[in-house]
Amino acid sequence: MKPAVGIRAKILASLAKAELETAAKRERTPLGHRAADACLGGGLGSGALHEIFAHPGHEAAGSVFAAGLAFRASAEKHFLWIGQDCAARAFGEPAATGLLELGIKPARMLFVRLAHVADVLRAANDALSSAALGAVVIEIPKNPKVLDLVASKRLALAAARSGVAAFLLRLQANPEPSAAETRWQVRGLRLPADAETWGLPLIEAELVRNRHGRTGRWVMEWNGDDGCFREPHAAHSGALVSAAFDRSAA
Amino acid sequence: MVAKRDHALRITALDRQATAHGLSSGMTVADARAIVPNLEVVQANEAADFRLLERIADWCGGFTPFVALDPPRALLLDITGAAHLFGGEAALLDQIRAELARRGFTVRGAIAGTAAAARALARYQNGAIAPPEQDAELITRLPVEALFLDPATTHALRRAGLKTIGQVAARSRTELTARFGSRMVFMLDHALGRAELPITPRLPAPDYRAEKRFAEPVISREGILATLAALARSLAAMMERQGVGARALEAFFFRSDGAVRRIAIATAAPTREAGIIARLFREKIDALADPLDPGFGFDMIRLCASRTERIETCPSDFETEAERQREIHFLIDRLSARFGSGRVLLFQPNNTHIPEAAFVLVPAQFAKPMQEAWVAVRNRGEAPRRPLRFFAPPEPVEVMAETPEGPPRQFRWRSALHTVCRVEGPERIAMEWWRYETPRPTRDYFRIEDEQGRRFWLYREGIPGRETPEAPACRWFLQGLFA
Repeated sequence: MKPAVGIRAKILASLAKAELETAAKRERTPLGHRAADACLGGGLGSGALHEIFAHPGHEAAGSVFAAGLAFRASAEKHFLWIGQDCAARAFGEPAATGLLELGIKPARMLFVRLAHVADVLRAANDALSSAALGAVVIEIPKNPKVLDLVASKRLALAAARSGVAAFLLRLQANPEPSAAETRWQVRGLRLPADAETWGLPLIEAELVRNRHGRTGRWVMEWNGDDGCFREPHAAHSGALVSAAFDRSAA
Repeated sequence: MVAKRDHALRITALDRQATAHGLSSGMTVADARAIVPNLEVVQANEAADFRLLERIADWCGGFTPFVALDPPRALLLDITGAAHLFGGEAALLDQIRAELARRGFTVRGAIAGTAAAARALARYQNGAIAPPEQDAELITRLPVEALFLDPATTHALRRAGLKTIGQVAARSRTELTARFGSRMVFMLDHALGRAELPITPRLPAPDYRAEKRFAEPVISREGILATLAALARSLAAMMERQGVGARALEAFFFRSDGAVRRIAIATAAPTREAGIIARLFREKIDALADPLDPGFGFDMIRLCASRTERIETCPSDFETEAERQREIHFLIDRLSARFGSGRVLLFQPNNTHIPEAAFVLVPAQFAKPMQEAWVAVRNRGEAPRRPLRFFAPPEPVEVMAETPEGPPRQFRWRSALHTVCRVEGPERIAMEWWRYETPRPTRDYFRIEDEQGRRFWLYREGIPGRETPEAPACRWFLQGLFA
């Protein structure tokens, strides 16, 4: 359903107003990785929309990144994971045992499994209207038409109003304009050849867009015991790339 | 109308003209044709008749919720306490008969203190209203057929010279029980008002109900939602007085043409917040696959709380926590109303080693607190041993390995070839033999990292040489993806 131009202008105006009001007071959730947190100005903002793109084939790495962020952002509260039937068939479904192994209590996750992406967006907007949740992860495979700029602005506005962190997990998707505060590209990395044991999940997370700061790329591992992202244990001499070039928001 | 009974085609229903010619119900078609050669015969469709009876019963729900079917052609309505709403018993009976007659039905009706008396009067004294406690007087004059016993017993009564119910009642009970059985005596008592046999209504009696009738049938969505909101407020007030909240609610919409629609919602925790109830119905109505069609308008809307529970009032210390819980329940209820309770889920643990059975997804609205605790497989400091993304059922893969019982070197999954750069395993999981009829093969699970840093969870089914001696090679499957 194409909204009329008047409604679009109103949404843009309220979003600008909400951002000004809350930008200063918003909580920031640190990841646990010093360099990344420094670049983010303390951490990821709650009450904002963040986009995570998983490299093709690295959907699991993207999911672990999203799950870890949602877990950290929600503190003691529940978080919601909205999945779609087609994503489950293509990439597998979130598993409670997997969450548990990552140090995330499965009892804290509410899982909504829907058939159509329009339903996913409607459920996301509804969930973001309630401040009882800590975070919402929205899985969106491919590039559906309904997820256009207006739809993402609506999500961002809902998140800003309630203070809940929203994460759009984009699987097998091409980046397109959106209202997200940060945009990440994520993939898994091979363990270094000299590593003896099967180490903790190793993820390369590249912050390609940041409305309130600079961009960068970091290698992190997720520590399930402490529930945070961290610098990887063994020093990867070639792999730690912290490129801090100034790419202003699109 | 004819149907097959006792190996012959018999008449089950006939019109006035046929009766005038001397035909009767139960007569075989052959005999009937002998009397009336050009008889028009139609095959009875008993299923369709039953459905029609059900729809009339739905419509009768507008007068009282306690409607029971008395097939093949009768309905029993318990109008205790409801008659005054329609201007008295006589007015109610006239209204029902007139409205059904208007729709083309030939109706007989009666009101009495027991179901059997009402049934008997309806058949043999159409329009009778038995004054309270005086059923027996009217019933005794009716023929014994009015007891609706099986044909053999009725025939036996007639043969014994008992033609009216009064004559039967005059006999001693022991005599009657000895000759005709205790059931017959019970039916006699029931008809005379001496014994109670409550009707079995189609729908269970709701705990609380509120309804609103409209002089002008309501058509608009706003009107319908506003009415539901008002009814929810009445219901909430009733429930508040009793300290309960609703877990399941139903709304009935009575259309002016007789159709009735039922919409139901459920909640995760008992609630008596009128705003929440109204909102949940709005979500459900908006999401209906078959939209709520008012036609020419709804005459009446009724809201029932079909299942209620006590609401625990929490001490003030846990206010915010309780508030948050309520918010979460409300979110679960809203999403369940819109998308179905099977789509809003919570995880619960299951005490088994078998990976695909170690956790279950249950509808969040009906999840009970868990007995079991979640127990991780890995030790502290170790990497995850179970994948975050899980395939059920597992996907078959082609594996090239050095040795049959060793780890893979390469594998092909969904037409893509992966080179194995790092392997961890095997983790042997024996399929719990007591759960299955035929024993399932043991699985050896491997955590695998490929050349691009993607991590997979593969297993080999069966131990080569042991469990599958004749099989050419064991099958391999991919069950999950790690980061």
